[in-house]
Amino acid sequence: MKTNTHQFIKNVFKTIMVSALFSSTVIAAQSNVATLRGDAKLDSQGNTAAIPSVLNKDIKQARNYPMQPPVIPHKTRNYEVNLNSNKCMSCHSRTRTEESQAPMVSVTHYMDRDGNFLADVSPRRYFCNQCHATQSDVKPLVENNFVDMHSLMKAKISAKK
Amino acid sequence: MKEIIKIGWQTLRKPSAYFSLGFLVIGGFIAGIIFWGGFNTALEATNTEEFCISCHEMENNVYEELKTTIHFSNRSGVRATCPDCHVPHKWTDKIARKMQASKEVWGKIFGTINTREKFLAHRKQLAQNEWRRLKANDSLECRNCHNFDYMDFTSQSSRAAKQHSTSLASGDKTCIDCHKGIAHQLPDMKGVEGWH
Repeated sequence: MKTNTHQFIKNVFKTIMVSALFSSTVIAAQSNVATLRGDAKLDSQGNTAAIPSVLNKDIKQARNYPMQPPVIPHKTRNYEVNLNSNKCMSCHSRTRTEESQAPMVSVTHYMDRDGNFLADVSPRRYFCNQCHATQSDVKPLVENNFVDMHSLMKAKISAKK
Repeated sequence: MKEIIKIGWQTLRKPSAYFSLGFLVIGGFIAGIIFWGGFNTALEATNTEEFCISCHEMENNVYEELKTTIHFSNRSGVRATCPDCHVPHKWTDKIARKMQASKEVWGKIFGTINTREKFLAHRKQLAQNEWRRLKANDSLECRNCHNFDYMDFTSQSSRAAKQHSTSLASGDKTCIDCHKGIAHQLPDMKGVEGWH
C-alpha cells in the first residue's frame, strides 16, 4: 500500500514536471527565440546560407588554452578516416613527418587511458576529426565570451593594484 | 584439313576469273572502311561511362563513390568519366588496355565481384592494379588534363606548391604516389608506401 502511494505521488510529480516543461517550450517559441529556421514560416522553405569555404593557408593558429586541440589550417575534403585508412596519418604520423614536414601528432595520442605508451596511435585517438576541425572565415553564429587565461590573470592583478 | 588449307591458298593465289580489278580494289576499299569504322565504333561504344556502369559491379560500387568527389562535381562543371582515367587515350595503349580488359569480361561472366562483399575483398587487388599501371606510365591519364607545364604554383596552397615544385618537378614522384583514393574509396592501406 505504501509503495502504491509512493508511486502515485511520483506520477503526479512527473506529470507536473512534463507539463511545466512543455508550457515553457511554448512560451519560448512565442518569444522570438532564434531558431535554425530563422524567419521562415512553417509552410515555406527558408533561405539556406551559403556553405563557407574552408581556410587553406597552412599557417598554424595559436591555441586559446594549452590543452586545446590544434585546429586544422588546410582543407580536408574527401580525407578518409576509417577502418581501411587514415589520410591524416599519411602526413602526421611519426614515420611520415620527415618527408611531409607536417607536425607529428602529439605524444598523448600514443597513450592509452592509463598513461601507458603504445607503439602506434591509440585507438581512442584514431578519429582525428573528433577533436580537430577545419576553419572557415565566417561571422560566428553566436557571440563568444571566452577569455584567455592570461587576460584573466592580468585583470586580476591590475584589480589588486 | 590439309586439303582445305591448300584449296584456300590456291584460291588466294590465282587471279580473279569473274570480278574486274576495279571492282575488287574499290570493293575492298569500301569494305575496309566499313570494317574499320565498325571496329572503331564498337571500341568507342565500350569506352563510355554508360557502358561501364551498365554492369552493377561498377554502378553500385565505384561509380557511387566517384559521385562524391571533385572529379564528378565541382565549381566549373568539368568532370571525368570512367574511361578518362582508366583507358589510355593513345591508340596502341588503348588497344593493349582493351585486350587486358578481356580478363574483366571473364570476371563479369564468373561473378568475381558480383556482390558488395566480394568487391570489398578484391578492392585492394583492384586498386593496386590501377596504381601499378599509373605508376608505370607516369600518371598519363592524370596528365591528359593536369598538365605540369601549365601549373601555376602561386595559386596553389603553399603545401601543394612546395611538393609539386620539388618531388613532382624532378620526376621523383608521380601524381598517383600522393593522390591515391581521390576518385574512389581506399582499400586497407596497411603496407602501402607513403602510408603509416
